[in-house]
Amino acid sequence: MTSRDLTAAPQRTGTRRLPIGSVLTYLSLIAASMVVLLPLAVVFLTSLKTSEEVGEGSALSLPGNWFNLDNYVTAFNDGKMLMAFGNTAFILVFSIGGTVVIGSMTAYAVDRFDFRGKKVVMAGFLIATLVPSVTTQVATFQVINGFGLIDTRWAPILLYMGTDIVSVYIFLQFIRGIPVSLDEAARLDGANAFTIYRKIIFPLLKPAIATVVIIKGITTYNDFYIPFLYMHSEDLGTISTALFRFKGPFGAHWEAISAGAILVILPTLVIFLLLQRWIYNGFSQGATK
Amino acid sequence: MTQTTDTAPEGAAMTGRSSKDKAKADTGGSRRHLVKRRRGPAAGRTRSWRDSPLRRITPWLFLAVPLALLITFTYVPVASMISYSFTDWDGVSPDRENVGFDNYVQIFTRPELLRVFFVSGYYLAASVVQIVVALYFAVILSFNLRFRNFFKGILFFPYLINGVAIGFVFLYFFQDGGTLDSVLDWFGVTADHPWLGDPTSANISLAGVSVWRFTGLNFVLFLGAIQSIPGELYEAAELDGAGKWQQFRHIIAPSIKPVISLSAILAISGSLSVFEIPYIMTGGATGTQTFVIQTIKLAFQFNKTGLASAAAVVLLLIILLITWIQRRLVPDDKVDLV
Repeated sequence: MTSRDLTAAPQRTGTRRLPIGSVLTYLSLIAASMVVLLPLAVVFLTSLKTSEEVGEGSALSLPGNWFNLDNYVTAFNDGKMLMAFGNTAFILVFSIGGTVVIGSMTAYAVDRFDFRGKKVVMAGFLIATLVPSVTTQVATFQVINGFGLIDTRWAPILLYMGTDIVSVYIFLQFIRGIPVSLDEAARLDGANAFTIYRKIIFPLLKPAIATVVIIKGITTYNDFYIPFLYMHSEDLGTISTALFRFKGPFGAHWEAISAGAILVILPTLVIFLLLQRWIYNGFSQGATK
Repeated sequence: MTQTTDTAPEGAAMTGRSSKDKAKADTGGSRRHLVKRRRGPAAGRTRSWRDSPLRRITPWLFLAVPLALLITFTYVPVASMISYSFTDWDGVSPDRENVGFDNYVQIFTRPELLRVFFVSGYYLAASVVQIVVALYFAVILSFNLRFRNFFKGILFFPYLINGVAIGFVFLYFFQDGGTLDSVLDWFGVTADHPWLGDPTSANISLAGVSVWRFTGLNFVLFLGAIQSIPGELYEAAELDGAGKWQQFRHIIAPSIKPVISLSAILAISGSLSVFEIPYIMTGGATGTQTFVIQTIKLAFQFNKTGLASAAAVVLLLIILLITWIQRRLVPDDKVDLV
C-alpha cells in the first residue's frame, strides 16, 4: 500500500453510492461521533466553569460565563505550562532534526552503495523494529545513566533520535524513486558522495521529510513514558509530564485540570485541521512499515 | 555487456527501480555482477571512482552515527537486560550475584506477579472490539457519503491526542457524578457504583478508553486499504449480480487481509505493553496493574533491576514469538526491504 494508492482512490470509488436504508448508517456515524466528542466537549465546558459551578452543577451543565479564561491562566502559570511548552519545543527541534538527518543518511548509504556487510546492516535495522522500546527501558536507563544524561533534555533527544527505525524505512522507500542517473550526472561534474547527498538527494526527499516530521512531531509531543522516566526535575517538564503533575496540587480542581488538558490538546487540533491529508498518509505509512 | 559505458548499466538499474521491490533486488544483483566483470579491461581506462578505496569507506561514513545510535540504544540494552536478568542486581550497588533462573521462576510462580497477564486479557478483548468497530466504519465510509471527511476526521482525531490529556478527560468521564453518570442519568439510569472502584469494572473502563483512543488508527489503515481497491472490481461484481455482502466477502475482505493481520499483531503486542492510560488514571491501583507498570515499579521503585529485567525479557520473547507466528501465517513481502 503506497501513498499514491491512498490519494488516487477517492476518484475511482467516486461512483459508488450507499444503498437505500442508509438512515441507520448515518445514525451509527452520529452515535460514534457523540462517543468521541462528548468526553472532550464536557472537559472543554468544565474548563470554562468556576470552581463553584463545577462543585454544584452536573457535568453536562453549561458554564455561566463562556469567556471565563481564569482556569487557563491558573493552569498556564501554576502548572508551569510555558516552561513545559519550551522544553517540548527544544526536544522536538533537536530530535526531529536528528531523525531526519540520520534517517536520510542511512537510507542513502544503504540504497546507493554496494558494500560488504550491507545485508548485516539492514538486518540490524530490521530486527530492531521488533524490539519494543517499552521493554528495554530497564537497561536503557543504565546506558543513559552511564553517559551521565539522566535528568537532562539530551536523554529523550538521544533516545528519540537513536531508536526511530520507522523513519529509516520511510526514507528508504522514497529514495528508491529518485533516479540514480541524477547521482551519476553530478558525479561526472565532480561532485563527491557527500555533495550528492546534500545537494541532490536531500532536497528531493522533501515529501518523505514532511511525513517523518509530522509523525515524529506528533508522537514526540505526545510521549509521556520517556520524559517521565528520564527527566524528574520540575523545571524539565514536557507538556505530558507537566500535565501529569496537575494530579497532585490541583487535586479535585477539575476546572484547572480540564483547562490544562485543553491547552495540551489545542495545538494538536490546529495541526490536524491544517495538515489532515498529510497526517492520514503519514500514519498509515508509519504503521504498516 | 562488458563494453557498455559507465552510465548505461545505471540507466538499466534506474528503470528497474521504478518497478517493484523484487525487480530492484535483481538489478542490484546484476549491477554488482557488471562491476566485477568490468574491472579487467575498464580499470586501465580511467581509475573508476567505483573501484577506489574511498568508495568502499563512503557508506560507512554515512552509517557511522546511525549505527552507533542503533547499537547503543537498542542492542546494548537488550544484551545487558538479558545479563541483568540472571542476577539479583538492585540497579545501584557495584556488586551483584548470579542467581541463575531464579528471577524467571519467580515471575511464573508468584501469583501477584503473574496476575498482570490476566489484565492483558481485558485489553486483548478490547482490541477485538476495536478492530471490529474500525472495520465497520471503514467499510461504511468507503462509500460516497455526505460529510465523509468530517466523520473520518472525528473518528481519527482521538489517536492524535496526548495520552495524559486523554487520561484526565476520562478520569472526569468516569468519576462520580462525572460525564458518564450524567449521561446515564439523562436516560433515567442511575449508576451508583464507582466505575473505577472494583477491579473488573476498572479494567473494563480502562480498556474502553483504549478502544476510544486507538480505533482511529485501525480505521484509517482499513479505509486506506479499501480505497486502494479499483472501482471497476465492484462494477464487474455488480454486473455479475453480487450483493453488498458478497462484495464485502469476496472483494473487500481479501484485499484488507494483510492490514487486518498487522492490526491483530499490533493489538496483541499492544495489549501486553499497555502503560500510559492505566498508569495515569489509576496508577495501577485496584487490580489494574499491567505488565509494563509492574516492570517499571520493580525497577525504579523497588530497585529490583534483576527481576524487572527478567520480566522485560519475558515480554520481549512473547512479542518476538507473536511476530514470528504472524510472519509465518501471513507471508508479507513488504518486509523484504533489502
